[in-house]
Amino acid sequence: MVSLKINGEVRNADAPPDMPLLWVLRDILGLTGTKFGCGIAQCGACTVHIDGAPVRSCLLPVGSIGQRAITTIEGVGASAAGAKVQKAWLDLEVVQCGYCQSGQIMSATALLNSTPHPEDADIDAAMAGNICRCGTYVRIREAIKHAAKA
Amino acid sequence: MLPKPNSASRESAMSDSIVQESIPRTDSALTRRGFLQAGLAVGGALVVAFQLPSAHGAQAGKSVFAPNAFIRIDAHGKVTLIMPQVEMGQGIYTAVAMILAEELDAAFDQVALEAAPPSDKLYGNPVFGIQVTGNSNSVRAFWLPLRKAAAGARAILVQAASQQWKVEPAGIRTEKGEAIHEASGRRVAYAALIDRAQGLTPPKDPPLKDIKDFKLIGNPLKRFDTPDKVNGKVVYGIDVMPSGVKFATLAACPVFGGTVGHVDDAKAKSLPGVRQVIVLKDLVAVVGDHMWAAKQGLSALDITWDEGPHSAVSSDDVWKQLRAASKTEGAVANSVGDVAKGLTQGDLLEAAYEMPFLAHATMEPMNCTVHVTPTACEVWVGSQVFSRVQAIAAKVTGLPLDKVTAHNYLIGGGFGRRLEVDMVASAVQIAQQVDGPVKVVWTREEDIQHDVYRPVYRDTLSASVSNGRIIGWKHRITGSSIIARWLPPAFQKGIDIDAIDSAADIPYDIPNLRVEYVRDEPPAVPTGFWRGVGPNNNVFAIESFMDELAKKSNKDPVAFRRDLLGKSPRLKAALELAAAKSGWGNPLPARTGRGIAVQVAFGSFIATVAEAEVDTHGAVHVRRMVSAVDTGIIVNPDTVVAQLQGGLIFGLTAALYGNITIHKGRVQQSNFNDYRMLRINEIPQIEVHLIKSAEAPGGIGETGATAAPPALGNALFAATGIRLRRLPIDQDVLSGKKPS
Amino acid sequence: MNDSPNTSPAKRYTLIIIGAVLAVVLIGFLWIVVLAPHATDFAGGTRVALTEYHGEDPTGVPAELKGASLIERGQYLARAADCAACHTAEDGEPFAGGRAFVLPFGTLYSTNITPDKETGIGDYTDANFLDAVHKGIAPGNEKLYPAMPFTSYTYMSDADVGAIKAYLFSLKPVHAPDRENSLGFPFNQRSLMGIWALLFNPDKRFEPRPARDPQWNRGAYLVEAMEHCGECHTPRNLLQALDQRQKFAGTVQAGWRAYNITSDPKSGIGAWSEADLAHYLAIGHADGRGTATGPMGEAVDHSLRYLTQSDITAMVAYLRSVPGISTSDLPEPKASPAPSSFADGVAANADPRGKAVYAGACAGCHDWTGVSPVIPYATLTGVRSVNDPTAINVVQVILSGAHLQTSDSRTAMPAFGSAYSDAEIASLANYVTARFGARPSAVTAENIATLRAQD
Ligand code: FES
Ligand code: FES
Repeated sequence: MVSLKINGEVRNADAPPDMPLLWVLRDILGLTGTKFGCGIAQCGACTVHIDGAPVRSCLLPVGSIGQRAITTIEGVGASAAGAKVQKAWLDLEVVQCGYCQSGQIMSATALLNSTPHPEDADIDAAMAGNICRCGTYVRIREAIKHAAKA
Repeated sequence: MLPKPNSASRESAMSDSIVQESIPRTDSALTRRGFLQAGLAVGGALVVAFQLPSAHGAQAGKSVFAPNAFIRIDAHGKVTLIMPQVEMGQGIYTAVAMILAEELDAAFDQVALEAAPPSDKLYGNPVFGIQVTGNSNSVRAFWLPLRKAAAGARAILVQAASQQWKVEPAGIRTEKGEAIHEASGRRVAYAALIDRAQGLTPPKDPPLKDIKDFKLIGNPLKRFDTPDKVNGKVVYGIDVMPSGVKFATLAACPVFGGTVGHVDDAKAKSLPGVRQVIVLKDLVAVVGDHMWAAKQGLSALDITWDEGPHSAVSSDDVWKQLRAASKTEGAVANSVGDVAKGLTQGDLLEAAYEMPFLAHATMEPMNCTVHVTPTACEVWVGSQVFSRVQAIAAKVTGLPLDKVTAHNYLIGGGFGRRLEVDMVASAVQIAQQVDGPVKVVWTREEDIQHDVYRPVYRDTLSASVSNGRIIGWKHRITGSSIIARWLPPAFQKGIDIDAIDSAADIPYDIPNLRVEYVRDEPPAVPTGFWRGVGPNNNVFAIESFMDELAKKSNKDPVAFRRDLLGKSPRLKAALELAAAKSGWGNPLPARTGRGIAVQVAFGSFIATVAEAEVDTHGAVHVRRMVSAVDTGIIVNPDTVVAQLQGGLIFGLTAALYGNITIHKGRVQQSNFNDYRMLRINEIPQIEVHLIKSAEAPGGIGETGATAAPPALGNALFAATGIRLRRLPIDQDVLSGKKPS
Repeated sequence: MNDSPNTSPAKRYTLIIIGAVLAVVLIGFLWIVVLAPHATDFAGGTRVALTEYHGEDPTGVPAELKGASLIERGQYLARAADCAACHTAEDGEPFAGGRAFVLPFGTLYSTNITPDKETGIGDYTDANFLDAVHKGIAPGNEKLYPAMPFTSYTYMSDADVGAIKAYLFSLKPVHAPDRENSLGFPFNQRSLMGIWALLFNPDKRFEPRPARDPQWNRGAYLVEAMEHCGECHTPRNLLQALDQRQKFAGTVQAGWRAYNITSDPKSGIGAWSEADLAHYLAIGHADGRGTATGPMGEAVDHSLRYLTQSDITAMVAYLRSVPGISTSDLPEPKASPAPSSFADGVAANADPRGKAVYAGACAGCHDWTGVSPVIPYATLTGVRSVNDPTAINVVQVILSGAHLQTSDSRTAMPAFGSAYSDAEIASLANYVTARFGARPSAVTAENIATLRAQD
């Protein structure tokens, strides 16, 4: 039994310590907003925040998290930066199929928290780990700058 | 506003037979667009279908007005559109809703969507006669039928109003969900008319709006599906959670056509959370309390495979066979004038182009959730061919269609992969052995190694040019026929209408022309539709070859094309716009070049200029892509731009990295580490310029993927003088290490 | 006429030269053969035959297994000797052989050591098996190539070799004919290997050192006779025999660098704590030290992780006693993480492609700091390979990935070799060493091509 702090709530899950957080979120806790894309930290679809830092949950052993705060796409809107990013995503109609966007939004929010006014180089460094098969990159870049101005 | 997945399943005709009925007779110069027109021509049956009362109406009773299978208006004024097409990110929910709301004069903020149930009869795509979302044709195919359906409904509401007010219908206009009698200034909401409207029949040919009166169409309206995609609420097939669901993942025989030999599952079964190990003919699945248990169980299995007949097949075999086949005569897809004679006049140029196998790598891996009981089967999945989902589930379980309930979901990337139902068939077989619902999720490795692949193609072209004009043109396309497997009745006279699309109907003025198709099925490797399919092969070959011909004629690539586009003013206009916007002809730094490619594909006329730089190692940096697009009447301009932006990146990914290779009958790639995707720090600046047009709408979803590779190839030639005739781009060729 | 006492100058010079050459050969022979130190001579004191040793028996299995069956003991020892690693082909049946060893002078294939009578060792007598393991001589007086580490295995006690045989014979026979070696002349002359063995195989069982405690002696037996660490970590002389004067100073083997494991604090493992060493051997990872990859990863997977705590501790005790030798090109590993921003930490003029690839494919797991937010196994800070200015192991891991069986599951890094170009991988390796290491590497695309060609 692990006890996790997710989006401000304490949630308990009957999961082995080596089980990646991704599957605990999706299959045990029903938080399916966090997506499975590759399972090897190559696509970013599973990105969540651990104490505000973007982390690939597909490889993160749930037993290693302890009491650190986990934020998922379901909860990120509660933060100012998260809300700004979500709004920018809609204002610029970034989304296509949307499957990668939970991860994109988590990475973008973490970027704005650490770098309120990112330049292209900052965006490249923070977002290159998130693959979008639909190719929404052009708008992701614009939306991050749009959110930074908001 | 998001559609509730629809659970109805009253359609009982086998989809196959529907396919038979609605395949149009086609003759000479077959093309997908020719096919489309034919499809609409024989669409009579379907137009009738549009008039069938919808099951929902019947069931919902008097308080709902359901004039046809697509529209439902309830007493609160909510207008529900039953959505025949699936949303994969292409924005079709919004576009189709705009079309219906436009002709119905509904208030857009009262429009809600509901995914259509499986029914070829009610919701078949007029082009294919079955319920399919593909071929970039949703708007094209439904443009007229849906407008007619909506206009009919509107006419009924006007009739109802005229009865209520005892005035002539002619004096009544409609707007934002209300009928308005100008003379008296009376207005009534549609909602208040529904009881009166029951039973009224629409006029035979309800008048359609004049384009100039469009209020919604042409505006960049916000998408229906996106709000829930930014907050984690959206539910894709992979997210469904029927109560008591178990989780499974699988390993299919790594060798195509192989089967399971022996499985030692002792260790797997001993792992915590592992419930069941299921062995089918060609795959092994592990069922667990969650995906992690299933994955752990799978890797703990000791499986010996019977590799079957293909265990020695390699990419070399595939190419040997394809090259040999490309030397044989093909079925004639189009023939004009006297090619043999034409080719003897002027300077002759010959070249062959080759395209690799490609995987779809949709961001949402293959998955399907199924619950099988002795008397029923319930399926949860995102599919581009919903009626086939139901049909295959019925076939596997042996249950009648009406005992199979299917729920369709938003799709995390289709690109043609979800035009197949293999993931449904295996999931149903697994579910047959599981007590309760089971969600089968493929690992990315399975997803890449057990795809249906964009076929390898070889295009051999020969042409003669004399003072800047093409006298003779011979194009032979050799490759797998997806249509022959996927829609057999459409494979006629040895011609695959998809494989020759955008080649048989080449837009240039050419007096003597012959286009052939040679069907060659690769050993072992299954093939399927992929974003662009036929056109992205043909346009790459034709536009690369056009550049080579321009060089042979010492003409500028843009000028050379322009002079040959006399009979295609729309494409010519796009060419000129793209050239102008890209600064064609302006000087560029060393090892940097511009390339142009034009296309008539999916009913759209597009010209694209790529600007790219090559370093001494042959590494390619794409700096800029500029597309000029004439896609006829534009329903939602923002969606068109988005599809081009994404499609160009999809095409660049394929051109730069896309390559599925075969060794010992297996696919060698497995995940994003070796099946590489373009990332945000690699993308060029992208500009899309839309051309206003009053022509019927064209398709857009696949056009960008088609446009990027030839434009890039031509830019790389301009930058280095090296011509790439194979994809993906080989850096060793560009760096001069290898001959091209 | 009487003979002149002195011969003509020319003749004399020739004789002098011949003499000199002979002298050099003789000294060389004395130096690398006769005077070559024994594997444990660094420890000083005397060696005695096992029979004369009165301490606890350093051979055999640890206390926990003393009561176990012959086959169980054999399994433990076969694992300690890591037979499987070499005698199993990539996704082949265990012990059925066929693994290729690409050497400068051709390719060798390991043999089938399952009890299959036709293609394996099913017909071996105990004597046959002892000869093969101790002397490198197969039935029919066929001389084995020293890829089979018989100069180490020769220290194994007869009883232990017997137990291993019993274990192997308990396995399911696999019919797998040996693959033809492809060696050029003169290396295809097996008889020469006989001479080589004569010169370099002590052909002696393990000799404990009474001056050292039982734990040290057990460690010595495990390290020298069973795990044969020196086969990779000890440099070889002109004639390809282990140069015990350079014991454990590190070498490059099959495209991977086996690092200096002497107690030198900077270039060796002198700075590692006992716990670091114990963890590294037992689970293939020690925080702040690194994760076993490549051949060392295999050694952990197939062998070391099965050893008991007591045996691991004994190995650590022995390794600790090996005198330090400094490797000039290996700096002291940089212990501090890189800056958290991609913008800091690496010279701005560095090849930008390395950073671009790192941002897309690597940062998600290794972070910009090098401290993995995901799994400790992926942390790069303090790791020897990123502190190796040749970057050879960094490149190998990028090309072919890494796999490690952990206590509860498998951890792996995917292989990037097939999807990234030589130039990209070179600049990535240079970026990684510059960002996380003490000294940047200067790998070229050509280097990558060469390394690819090796496997
Ligand atoms: S699923 Fe975690 S990075 Fe792809
Ligand atoms: S929006 Fe479809 S993968 Fe990014």
